[in-house]
Amino acid sequence: MPSVTAETTRLVLPSRIESVEQAAAVAEKMAERSGLNPEATYHVDMALREALGNAVTHGNKKDENKTVTVVITSSPGTLEIEVSDQGTGFDPATVPDPTVGENILKPSGRGIFFMRTFMDEVSWSNTADGGTTVRLVKHS
Amino acid sequence: MAELNMKERQAGDVTVLDMDGKITIGEGSVALRSAIKRLLDEGKKKVLLNLSGVGYIDSSGIGELVSSYTTIQVKGGGQLKLLNLTQKLQDLLTITKLLTVFDVYESEADALNGFQ
Repeated sequence: MPSVTAETTRLVLPSRIESVEQAAAVAEKMAERSGLNPEATYHVDMALREALGNAVTHGNKKDENKTVTVVITSSPGTLEIEVSDQGTGFDPATVPDPTVGENILKPSGRGIFFMRTFMDEVSWSNTADGGTTVRLVKHS
Repeated sequence: MAELNMKERQAGDVTVLDMDGKITIGEGSVALRSAIKRLLDEGKKKVLLNLSGVGYIDSSGIGELVSSYTTIQVKGGGQLKLLNLTQKLQDLLTITKLLTVFDVYESEADALNGFQ
């Protein structure tokens, strides 16, 4: 009988761009342990970096008194990531489609589009203290 | 080592930037933005970005390419072209519908001939 079970890692990171690299390195190893292939692992990496970049920049507005919490759960065939900020909340419906009309030439606004493109499941919820959690799921 | 290294060379009146590394949120994106600003300040308005060494780019990096394009070509009266996209970058430009916005080349000679 296989003995592999779920493995969870919780990271509490400062609101700095450098935190992105730290979490991405952990997620890459856990994606491999979940059995995700290199392409799926690349997609996870892309989506996680976007989620963390948003949490640091837009959620916590680079306030180093605030943290970003990343919870990564690896199980056979599935990787699940939750990224939570301490911002004031976020409604993804307010973000326009970056592939339409004049939005194509905007310098920003593609992060959520990348998350939705590269992951199998993406959802947002509010944290107990008013921040935002984005949940990303990738299956092998 | 810097996240993004750039080597600059002239091919006639075209400035070629050979880029190596990552164009991502933070250092890489800032490096590209600074380079484009400096070139425009120096009056160099024909720019070819050789992206063969750029193995990783995120939405911030894509945004910086768009900013480079609008700064040089839309506002600056110059021309920006892209050379040697990696497959990953080409895929990202395809899904963001930017592949039709940029002039993209696989041959440097063709790219240089494309400048007016």
